[in-house]
Amino acid sequence: MTMIGDRQKLQYIAAAAADARVNVELETEGMTLNIGPQHPATHGTLRIVARLDGEQVVSADPVMGYMHRGYEKLTEVRSYPQVTTLINRIDWLGSFANEVPFILAAEQLMEVEAPERARWIRTILFELSRIANITLFLGDMAVQLGAFTAVFYAFRDREYVLNLIESVTGGRFHPYFDRIGGLKDDLPKGWIDETRSAMVKMRAFCDEMEELVMNSEIFEARTRGVGVIPPDVALQYGLSGANARSSGIDWDIRRDHNVGLAYDEVDWKVWTHPDGDSFARFWVRLQETREATKIVDQLCAGLPKGPIMAKVPRIIKVPAGEAYVATENPLGEMGYYLVSKGDLYPFRVKIRTASFNNVSIVPWLLRGVYVPDIITILASLYFILGDIDR
Amino acid sequence: MSSSEPGVDEVSGASGPVTEDAPDREPDPLREELVDRLTALVGDAVVDHHIVSGRDLWIRVRREAWADVAHTVRLTMGARYFGFLSAIDWMPSPFGRSLDSAVDRSLAQEPAPTTSVTPGPYETGFAGGDTRFQVFARFANVADHWGLTLKADVGDVDPSIGTLTKVYAGADWHERETHEMFGIDFVGHPGLRRLYLPGDFEGTPLRKDFPLLARMVKPWPGIVDVEPMPGGDDETGDGDASEATA
Repeated sequence: MTMIGDRQKLQYIAAAAADARVNVELETEGMTLNIGPQHPATHGTLRIVARLDGEQVVSADPVMGYMHRGYEKLTEVRSYPQVTTLINRIDWLGSFANEVPFILAAEQLMEVEAPERARWIRTILFELSRIANITLFLGDMAVQLGAFTAVFYAFRDREYVLNLIESVTGGRFHPYFDRIGGLKDDLPKGWIDETRSAMVKMRAFCDEMEELVMNSEIFEARTRGVGVIPPDVALQYGLSGANARSSGIDWDIRRDHNVGLAYDEVDWKVWTHPDGDSFARFWVRLQETREATKIVDQLCAGLPKGPIMAKVPRIIKVPAGEAYVATENPLGEMGYYLVSKGDLYPFRVKIRTASFNNVSIVPWLLRGVYVPDIITILASLYFILGDIDR
Repeated sequence: MSSSEPGVDEVSGASGPVTEDAPDREPDPLREELVDRLTALVGDAVVDHHIVSGRDLWIRVRREAWADVAHTVRLTMGARYFGFLSAIDWMPSPFGRSLDSAVDRSLAQEPAPTTSVTPGPYETGFAGGDTRFQVFARFANVADHWGLTLKADVGDVDPSIGTLTKVYAGADWHERETHEMFGIDFVGHPGLRRLYLPGDFEGTPLRKDFPLLARMVKPWPGIVDVEPMPGGDDETGDGDASEATA
């Protein structure tokens, strides 16, 4: 596998060098290509201003802020429970996962711990958000490369997971279900069985994607050796999640810095890939989706009984202090740096989102690539606009 | 136990009130060793530190040594992962929580808001602070599984600090964001342009003295249409939208 990757990488580099020579000889004129803000590959409103020389990118500069909603300022005038509603909308495809680190940070400062059952259900919902989120990536990546079928499969099968989330929380995209000290409600009757059968379907979906997309020769040709990120560069830019792991960095917050979730109780594996190219990013995410279904299965099997809410005061005041809690969200490390002055309201919340760091590597990464590869690379980095702009 | 040494520096009256009330925990040899190592490497650049045992570590360094310390943290101590960089404005908001309903204010026992800017010293958080602004950044060592938050004081008069872009390339966007949101200058940054805000935007939104106008002109819906809770004897629903714009 790696051998093919190396050969193709070398071919790519050789082709790029040959083109550069041609461009120098012919003195081709520079051109500015404006991608977005309404390009389908940007999942929202990200604009990329690319300076081209022939077919190659000389420099690329992302322009954002089209969707900046000022959440960090808004949190300062919202009470802690109200903040949850806001931050739901950061990464809108994995919204339950957005709530968790904030709630955990507040709980840490309050010295409150959610009961065992709440922790497990949180973890289940967290992983379901991951599956719902990454499912769309798996289909969408193929669309960006010109294969339309996969995304319909993705939308179809994502419904199974969204229905599960909906039947617990009442919301498909914005659950607003996590509370300081526990959860709003317990699971509905029969939910566990439904979840088990949905997980079987999701595993079948992963197999389908593997056959349909990943094993396709065209897909490999378009992604192998494209957008290679060496591990040290990935760390410097703060790439996290699957983007880091596909550069061979063995770092997963769920395993290495788990705070308050039930990942220690189940048996699972962190997947990494040494290549660091677009193919590796797809591969890692596919394995992670499979792994997530296994985590959900195990958690459902061993779900402890008990209350779902710890004792917390009716009016929530968080004692003065600072805390940084991050979790391994579908897109990567998402964390909240919470500063409290013992008030009803946070004094300052710094929202560290995964996509912001993941996209900040784009100017470095796009230098020298071909125009069609811009789309491949953007798709493989996988970002959500709300997660960049906040 | 949250061990907060009185740093080499005299921490003014504004030292954090937060350090005392943390409950007793076991000592944290890993993080204490990290502090000792960094102190040995950079000497008196370390002003103060704070450990929440088993959880996290804060180190406050001198502003002049900011980039050097980051360099040491990355290359010698192996924290090659760049988490984020941002700033805190420690000044209490001069608008109070003017933007809230009278109900909320009475619950919080908050005095009526004023618009006067309080001069320091300000109450600060972990590892103390002497100035209005504080730049903080987070790094992690992904091999040894630890992370730390570095802080540096930045004054009100000349809010500037050295750039980290030469140490961590990823600091670029974070510094641009902090620059536009707090008006802090990052000396040596290759292109300190706006990141989010439009070109003609005036002001630095995340400073506490920047009013959230949307809330000042339009009262929070909760104020005007509060219905009494069923079965509740609570004090909500006085119905008058007391806007606190002075």
